[in-house]
This record gives sequence, structure tokens and C-alpha cells, in this order.
Amino acid sequence: MGITKKVTVLAVGLGLVTLSACGSSGDDGGADGGGSKTVTLVSHNSWAASKDVIAAFEKQSGYKVEVLEDGDAGQAVNKAILTKDNPQGDVLFGVDNTLLSRALDNGLFQPYEAKDADLILDEFRVDGDRHRVTPVDTGDICVNYDKEWFSEHDLTPPKTFDDLVDPRYKDLLVVENASTSSPGLGFLLGTAAKYGDDGWADYWKKLKANGVKVVDGWEQAYNEEFSGSAGGKQAKADRPLVVSYASSPPAEVIYADPKPDTAPTGVAEGTCFRQVEYAGLLSNAKNPEGGKALLDFLISKPFQDDMPLNMFVYPVREAAQVPEEFEKFGPRAKDPETMDPARIADNRDQWVKSWTSLVLK
Amino acid sequence: MAVPVAFFAVFFAYPVTAIVARGLKADGTWRLGRIGDVLAQSDVRQVLWFTTWQALVSTALTLLVALPGAYVFARFAFPGKQLLRAVVTVPFVLPTVVVGTAFMALVGRGGLLDELWGVRLDTTVWAILLAHVFFNYAVVVRTVGGLWSQLDPRQEEAARMLGASRFAAWRTVTLPALAPAVAAAALMVFLFTFTSFGVVQILGGPTFSTLEVEIYRQTSEIFDLSTAAVLTMIQFVAVGAILALHAWTVRRRETALRLVDAGATARRPRGAGQWALLAGVVATVAVLLLLPLAVLVQRSFAGAGLGYYRALTREDGGVFLVPPVEAVGNSLRYAVAATAIAVLIGGLASVALTRRDAGRLVRGFDVLLMLPLGVSAVTVGFGFLIALDEPPLDLRASWILVPLAQALVGVPFVVRTMLPVLRAVDVRLREAAAVLGASPWRAWREVDLPLVRRALLIAAGFAFAVSLGEFGATVFIARPDNPTLPVAVARLLGRPGDLNYGQAMALSTILMIVCAVALLVLERLRTDRTGEF
Repeated sequence: MGITKKVTVLAVGLGLVTLSACGSSGDDGGADGGGSKTVTLVSHNSWAASKDVIAAFEKQSGYKVEVLEDGDAGQAVNKAILTKDNPQGDVLFGVDNTLLSRALDNGLFQPYEAKDADLILDEFRVDGDRHRVTPVDTGDICVNYDKEWFSEHDLTPPKTFDDLVDPRYKDLLVVENASTSSPGLGFLLGTAAKYGDDGWADYWKKLKANGVKVVDGWEQAYNEEFSGSAGGKQAKADRPLVVSYASSPPAEVIYADPKPDTAPTGVAEGTCFRQVEYAGLLSNAKNPEGGKALLDFLISKPFQDDMPLNMFVYPVREAAQVPEEFEKFGPRAKDPETMDPARIADNRDQWVKSWTSLVLK
Repeated sequence: MAVPVAFFAVFFAYPVTAIVARGLKADGTWRLGRIGDVLAQSDVRQVLWFTTWQALVSTALTLLVALPGAYVFARFAFPGKQLLRAVVTVPFVLPTVVVGTAFMALVGRGGLLDELWGVRLDTTVWAILLAHVFFNYAVVVRTVGGLWSQLDPRQEEAARMLGASRFAAWRTVTLPALAPAVAAAALMVFLFTFTSFGVVQILGGPTFSTLEVEIYRQTSEIFDLSTAAVLTMIQFVAVGAILALHAWTVRRRETALRLVDAGATARRPRGAGQWALLAGVVATVAVLLLLPLAVLVQRSFAGAGLGYYRALTREDGGVFLVPPVEAVGNSLRYAVAATAIAVLIGGLASVALTRRDAGRLVRGFDVLLMLPLGVSAVTVGFGFLIALDEPPLDLRASWILVPLAQALVGVPFVVRTMLPVLRAVDVRLREAAAVLGASPWRAWREVDLPLVRRALLIAAGFAFAVSLGEFGATVFIARPDNPTLPVAVARLLGRPGDLNYGQAMALSTILMIVCAVALLVLERLRTDRTGEF
């Protein structure tokens, strides 16, 4: 009887492969075909939205939203470029200003001016009248500090890029690899914006001499090396300074149980680099009408109000609500470093290369 | 034979070729000159060198630590053995990002070693080597131990009665019989460490890089597909060469073994020496394998009791569209499908490979079957994406893609576990059955199957466990409403805050328990089915 069972398992296995091979392609044809009622959003894996907000959009537009997450932001863009001729979805969300040029140069998007696009704050708009991308959210990459550590050591936390090379803060900072991590790249761009083409390398030499530690990804830096994070406390981490986001302190409060009165971490406001995330209608989208409706939705008031607490970013629409936790525990940087996407496009690869040989070798 | 060949052609060779071609072809012409360019870079040569030597050292270290374990598990009967055997396999399938976190707690700052002796290994290559032993211990114990437990100890005893010393008897009787399994295990460990990704990326930081890590960076982050293609080809050639060499050694040593039921060969340890050996192995397992796992469990409870587990069932966490706990069901479903595919494909391939009339071509296929283990998940993932995108093979949005990718990694386990045992079946038994009028199917059923049932179950268990823990390819294709356990863990770790970190640890603990239970059931199943083991 053991044998019979095994044969059955084998047979079922075989049937399964054949069946699903046929079945699924049939399904897809139905789902993606012309006049379809499904619209597919391709995104990176930080995508999150409230169910009721999505449901309201579905009800009002008549489209069913499918979300396809494609790894981290870099991966999502790269995969979208690879599948440009036969894209996996209709709209790509999550191209940020550091990667924007790669997406645009590869002809990833077709123009569409979203409804209410004129209500997006001026500072976030790019691409002039061509409207290949629509800004959706923004956030700041900043050095976070562990409040408890600094009060225990009777030291003022650093405030600016310049402070970070001060010997008082020797061996305290952990940053991400600029070639493999988007906050890592953002921090590098922040220093390039601040010190210019000639100065940033010198700055990093000083930072290196001051004992900066580089790890590959945000997860390692934040959860294992940074003493102020929930993970870091358990891991007995010993670096009280980390490159993260301005919205990380509110997240430490919101995802704590019970919620503390103040955030355990703070933000060094003079170390911020502003990131903007865009969405666009994919060039060969199978459901362009649905894609357009989805883009309208991404900058509509309900979505912009809902977004901050789901993705820990700020809205780009005028008068969208910013949650009070954000204001209370992690106010936006007043004067962050910024950089024109064209300048990033021209220099990104070269900077990362020089940075790698300067800091890692 | 046709089924496994077709499977590999469609789901492995075609996608991988497609992505490599994408990197090396410009405007319709091949740019093979890129190969020379890439090889000329000192960075690349350094990566190659590090990849090779750390794999060699890791393999040696793993064999050193795990062979005594294989012996103990094969030959000794002791209480809790099944549980322990299931538990040592768990590390193998845990997502590396989680293990890296736990491992640091042992060898990193404030870790056990640090507190005891002030030793910290977190920026050294030692952390990588130890983690490799941690991950691959089970490979040796299960591959070598599986066969060892089925070798008839009476053969060795007979040799001793004929006057051979203990060592001579072991050397002339047991060692040759065991050699193919040791070679297979060593090869697997070498493969895993040669193509090591997560461990090196996390514990090695940005300073140490293997080929696999470099392929990932070039493909996924830097988007230099042509460099990635060249590196993929280098890795391909290296892995292919090692595999071919291995296939050759195994065939040379192939012998028909008299296999017996494992239950008959294990007995209680006798004498101080044997007890000391058992104690030593148990202690090694406890410190090297169980302690990091215990750290995970501890962190999943730290500060919140059951709070993190309760949070897993909530929908409003915002990180997912579904309560995180649903990942458990998704993972199990995917793993069952992947195991079915892997056992089917791998089983058919193994049988085809052991046929006597199997020619050179078929044997070459043996090597091909192993290649998925040596090709980076990101290459396969990107390959799937650009190759399987048109009807009739537009599978990109289909759920079956995840089990298919997982099965690709599971098949080599099935084949490697089945082949040594299948090859060791005495051909004369099969011939005798044929002479007595049995059809080939019946001969296989009556002769081979009873002998390989155990190997088949172990193979299925491995394929299942590997599918549960597979991350690299899954993360590429898993859909957000159907995250698997490792994917869910990675997403939770990707967000700040107590609750997310705690939930990640809680989910890891659940993954660990699910794996342990699955493996334990298999160990049990074996017992109940026949009543002999």
C-alpha cells in the first residue's frame, strides 16, 4: 500500500505540473486581456496600503487592484526594465530620485498627467511637461541617534555632517553600502550635495578615519548594529548612530507595545537627504486606462492621507494630512540636502565606484 | 528520462541561457570579449580567490565536525535521537538573514564567546566559516549517516574475525562503502559554500564577497548585466567542473553494497569511549547548532511574552495585506507542491541514471541535474522573468512559479540522496527477479523500492525542508498576498520597531518548528510504515 500511495503522489505531481502550466496561462489571458477589469501595480516590497482605501478605489473605479511586489526598489526597477516589452503590470510605483534616470533612459514609462497633478507640491515635480512620472511620496534619509546612549555618556548627539567627523563621535556611526543599499546611496548623495564634487571624497576619508562602519543593508545596520533600535537592543548592538530615515523614530513608537511617550531615537537634522518616490504608467501596459485611474488614485487625497502610516513616508499633495505621530516624534527636516535627478544620473555610477574603492578597500 | 530532461530544459536551461544572453549580446551579436575584460579586473580575481579558499576551508571544517556526528547518528541508539536528527536539519533551511542575526548573538559583541573569553569574531572570516558549519552540518549527517546506518556491521565484524585490526577492518570494509557518500556530502558542502550568498552577505559585510554575492550585486543593484553574465558563466564552469570530477570519482568507487535496515545496525553505546563520543557530539550540536536557534526563540518572547505571536494574527499591522500568520499555510502549500515535483523529477532521473544501459550522455545529465545548486537564485529569478513570459509558458503571474523554482533546488537533493542507494542495489537481485519472470516495473517495485524507500523519504524530507526555507528565488516571485515564511520574515525585518522585529523572530521560530515537525514526521513515518526500522 505504501507503493500505491507513492504512485498516486507521483501521478498527482505530474498532473499538477501539466494542469497548472495550461491553466495559469489561460487565467492570465483572461485577467490581463483587453478591456480587463484588473489593474496591476508593480511595486517594491515596502508597498503597503489600508484595505478600506483600496476597496473604496475598487468600488468607485470598477477596477480590481492586484499588487505585485518585486523585491527592493532597485530590483523592482531593474526587473521592470528587463520586462519592458511585456510588462508584469500596468503601473510601476517606487522609482526614487536616485534611480529615476535609469527608468526614464530605458523608456520604461509613457506620458500621463494624473488628475490633480497640479495639487502636487512644486518641489517634488520633475520631467517638466512630459509627465512620464508622477511623484507619490517623499522621505528623508538621515542619521538616527540612540537617545539613551547619548544621555548615559553625557554627550550631545551630532546634528550635522560636519559633526560626524568630530573625534567625539569616533567609532559610533554605522552606514550602509552605497552600492547595495538605497539609504546607503542616499547618504552618499547627501554628502556629495553638501560638499560638492571636490569635497565629498575628503569628507569620507575623514569619516573613515573616524571609524565609520559599513554594512551591506539597512536590516543589518538598523537591527544588528544600531543600539537604539528594538532589534539592536536585543542584539546588544553598540553603535548609537545609524543611517536610516527621518520616519524611523515614529515607527519605533508606533510599533512598540506599550507605546512610549517619547521616541527612543532621534534624527540628526543636518544630515538629511531628500528622497522622492515616483510612479508611472508602463510603456506597454495591457490596461492603460486602468493604469491611469490607478495613478490618479495614488495622488488622490484618500490615498495620500492613508499612506504615511503604512509606508512611513510623507505625502506630496498639498494639504494632505501628516499624522500627529510624525510631527511629534520625527518632524521633517527643515533644510535637507537635495539633488537634481539629472545630476544624480550623470554622477551616480562614478561616485559609487570611487566611494567603494575609497571606503571599502 | 524524457520528463526530467524536459523539465530542466524549460525551467532551468532556457531561463538561464536567456538572461546570460541578455547580458552578453548587444544588437544581435555576441560580445565574448567581455569575458576577458571582466577576468582582467583584480576585484573579480579577488572574489574568485576568496570564494574558492573559504569554500575549501568550510568544507574541511564541516567534515571534521560532522563526520563524528554522522557516525553517532548511524550507529548509536539513544533516547531523543529522532528529535535531535530532525533538529540539526533545521538550520539548513532557515533564512540566512535570521540566522545571521542569531549567530551574531553568539560570536558577535556581547555574545557568548565575548562574555566568556572576550572573543569576538564578527568582523572575521571565522564567523563565515562557523556559520557554514552550522548550515551544512545536516548535509553530512544525513547524506553520510543515511548510508552508514544501512551498512551491515557484520561485514566489518567478519573482517575482524578473520584477523583484521579494528582500523584495518574499517578501512577495507566500511570506508570504501562510505566513500561515495562522503564524497557526495563533501561536494554538496563545497557547492553550498562556494555559492554561499546570505551568510557571506550578512556576516562578511561589504569586505568579503563570493561569486554569488557579486552576481547578485551586479544584477540586482548595479544592473550591469554583462558583468553578471560573465560571472554566472565563470561560476557555471567552475561548478560544472567540480561536479564532473565528483561524478567520475563516485563511479570509480561504485560498488554493490549489502544494505540492511537502519534499525538493526544501531545499538546503545558501550564502554567509556563510545559514551564520550556520543557526549562530545551532543555537546557540539548543542553549542554550535542549538544555541543560535535558542537565541531566536528567546528573542521571539523577549519583553512581550506571547505578544509577538498574537500580533501575527492581526491584519492591521500594515506590513502585509494578510495577517502574517497566513504565511505558514502558504509556505506549507508551496512546499508540498515543490516536494511532489522534486520527488517526481528527481526520482525518475535517478532511476534513469542507474540503468545499466545508461550511456555517457545520460551520465552527463547527472551533472546537469546538480547545476541548479550552483547557479545563483537571482540569475534563475531574472531568467524566469524574461523567459517564461509568453504563452504557452506565461507563468510569471502563476502561483506554480514558486514551487517550480523551489523544486529546481530540491531535485538535486532527491537525486543525490537516491543515487548512492540505488546504485548500491545489487544488480543480481534485479536480474534474478527478471529471470523469474518479473516485469521491469515489478522488479523495481519488489527489489529496488523496499531498499530505497528510506532514501526516498529522506529525499522528500529534504526537498520539503529546502522548499520551506528557500528564499532567493521565492522572494523574486512570491506574490504579496501569498508571502512565504522566509519572505514574511524578511519583510518584517525590513521595518523599524519592536513589534516588527519581534514578529520576525516569532515567525522564524514558527518556521523552525514547522521544519522540525515536518522532519520529525518523516522520521516517524519511516518507523510506522514498515514496523522494522
